[in-house]
Amino acid sequence: MSGPTNGTAGGAGTVARPAAPLPAQRSAGPVPPRGTVVVSSMASDAHTWNLVFLQLLIEELGFEVVNLGATVPDEMLLAECRERGPALLVLSSVNGHGYHEGLRVIRRLRADADLAGLPVLIGGKLGITGGESAEHIEELLGAGFDAVFDDRPEGIAAFTGLLGRLSERQAHELR
Amino acid sequence: MNFGDHVREVHARGALVVQPRMGMADPALMRAGLEAVERADADTVGTITLDSYTRTGDLESVRAALRDGVGLNGYPIVTYPAAVTRGVVAGLAERGFPVQVRHGSARPLHIFGALLDAGLHATEGGPVSYCLPYGRTPLDESVRNWEASCELAAEYAAERGVRPHLETFGGCMLGQLCPPSQLVAISVLEAVFFHGLGIRSLSLSYAQQTDAEQDAEAIRALRALAGQLLPDADWHVVVYAYMGVYPRTVAGANALLAAAARLAVDTGSERLIVKTSVESSRIPTVQHNVDALEYAAAVARDRRRQLAGPDAPPAAPADGTDSQVYREAAALVAAVLDGVGSGGVGGALVGAFKRGLLDVPYCLHPDNAGRSRSYLDEAGRLCWAELGGVPLQGIAPVRPGRRITSGDLTKALCHVQDRFDAVALDRGADRPVGAAEHEILEGKPA
Ligand code: B12
Repeated sequence: MSGPTNGTAGGAGTVARPAAPLPAQRSAGPVPPRGTVVVSSMASDAHTWNLVFLQLLIEELGFEVVNLGATVPDEMLLAECRERGPALLVLSSVNGHGYHEGLRVIRRLRADADLAGLPVLIGGKLGITGGESAEHIEELLGAGFDAVFDDRPEGIAAFTGLLGRLSERQAHELR
Repeated sequence: MNFGDHVREVHARGALVVQPRMGMADPALMRAGLEAVERADADTVGTITLDSYTRTGDLESVRAALRDGVGLNGYPIVTYPAAVTRGVVAGLAERGFPVQVRHGSARPLHIFGALLDAGLHATEGGPVSYCLPYGRTPLDESVRNWEASCELAAEYAAERGVRPHLETFGGCMLGQLCPPSQLVAISVLEAVFFHGLGIRSLSLSYAQQTDAEQDAEAIRALRALAGQLLPDADWHVVVYAYMGVYPRTVAGANALLAAAARLAVDTGSERLIVKTSVESSRIPTVQHNVDALEYAAAVARDRRRQLAGPDAPPAAPADGTDSQVYREAAALVAAVLDGVGSGGVGGALVGAFKRGLLDVPYCLHPDNAGRSRSYLDEAGRLCWAELGGVPLQGIAPVRPGRRITSGDLTKALCHVQDRFDAVALDRGADRPVGAAEHEILEGKPA
């Protein structure tokens, strides 16, 4: 009596495109936007407060943010990145599947001719037992992530520092 | 026995039913977890919480994770043959321990199929509460799938002479920062939706928020509205211990759970779903769950004794309709039900979100208008900052026009965590939990 199964990664059926529910809050000041950052969850993760928080934080650092929202299927993530050509992709996962999904997603990104060189970061609560093992972090880095932030308070400071350096480099390149 | 009947029976003898959020991928561990919950020193019912791949319909990833031995965050009920799940719950209901399946899916038909096949008939969710906070499935598609799922359950029930039980998840919506009146309204509307599809055994949820008094008002409002709108149904109220960012210390987590247990008792609620002391950091073990259940039950027993004794606080008014939360919730429910046409309550819900009559603050779902905002007032009550299209002009006070920074958001999200951790740390004797230990010892960054 099982109902219809709904297929492929990320749940099939209709998949809505991202909305812009948090209007970009870039300050109207003189600072030029420092490029676009795509913020996204992965296919199985429904949590969004992490995404809203990251959007605000990254906007405050002077970037424009495209927030793809919850449960983003791999195909959609790749398509959005190709279309928008961001300076950086920030993946966030807190539901405990981050290690597993992160590996899948980074392999697909690195195998894609257009996206192989895109800087990609991942952070959050990546496993289900609190804190991620050094081994898993190594594995994620080895598979192609440029940085992995496990769920420690220093993570946000390190992330902010890294974005600061990224924006300096870009400002430099623009000159 | 039907899940709702069981809860009513426990309530009638003056006890609170307590329930965990618990799900493991391995059937033997799941069975052991259920038995441990059954044995706990409390009036418990069991839970099978499903993993997120199953929730989103990605059964291929379930198979891959099981094959590769990667941990899942719940029990993959659709992937296991029905016989396996029947084994997991064998004999439990018969000896007075009903089990509910908790899932979080906007397209639950495959999950309803699997749980009914396994002989289970208590579950929860709703077309709004398992759609907007759980992904990007369009709301109208969720409504259609939930309609089909309820019809399947009702049909099954008619065939086998059982009564399925459905609980609304509408009292939670994103876990935090949704004004209580909107939680009450969505919970009530989902119950009306289920009822209209032939489900007669219902429970209505409400999740503890930031202020105990406001929460009590909300639950009384929920009872009042349910009484008006579900006159011939068998329903009870289930309180969820705080569903937002949780305290990091064991003492803070316990204090918050204790507050939830007292809230449940004070409002005459029949059931409480607990959170554990490791909520802030990881999936709890069975023992974490058992500890939380026993602790909550003990607090509830004490509270009941206290209420019956000489230093009982003044009783609240029996009628839940004289409060700010009630006035707002009643207006929201009326505005949505006003839109009921040929599409029934489901269609009215879709229309309400399209017009922004219902609008969940900070919800990123494409079908949420995203024009409302909330804030915590000086007293810690959760209020509307901006209404957008929510029809509460002149009913709810607002505070428009502030731009919100990442720091403001963090402060609001961590308000409850900070308050309860501060209490715990003042006592000094407590150990923080999990990876965040150093953060607490060094003082939280702003
Ligand atoms: C609110 C909440 C929910 C809400 C979410 C609503 C929504 N749309 O967002 C609801 C109720 C829907 C929900 C559902 C579930 N949840 Co939940 N949820 C929480 C809770 C209570 C708070 C999360 C939160 O809002 N945090 C606030 C944000 C701002 O912070 P954050 O997410 O912690 O992220 C911080 C850091 O991790 C970091 N960070 C995050 N990403 C990144 C990325 C980078 C690059 C960097 C640098 C940093 C970074 O920055 C943030 C700020 O410090 C947590 C527990 C807790 N923390 O108290 C559980 C929790 C995250 N949930 C959990 C789970 C498992 C689920 C469910 C699968 C149900 C279940 N089995 O229990 C479902 C998810 C279904 C799915 N398909 O994914 C687990 C995850 C377990 C794990 N990883 O080990 C937690 C920890 C609870 C627990 N102890 O079991 N949840």
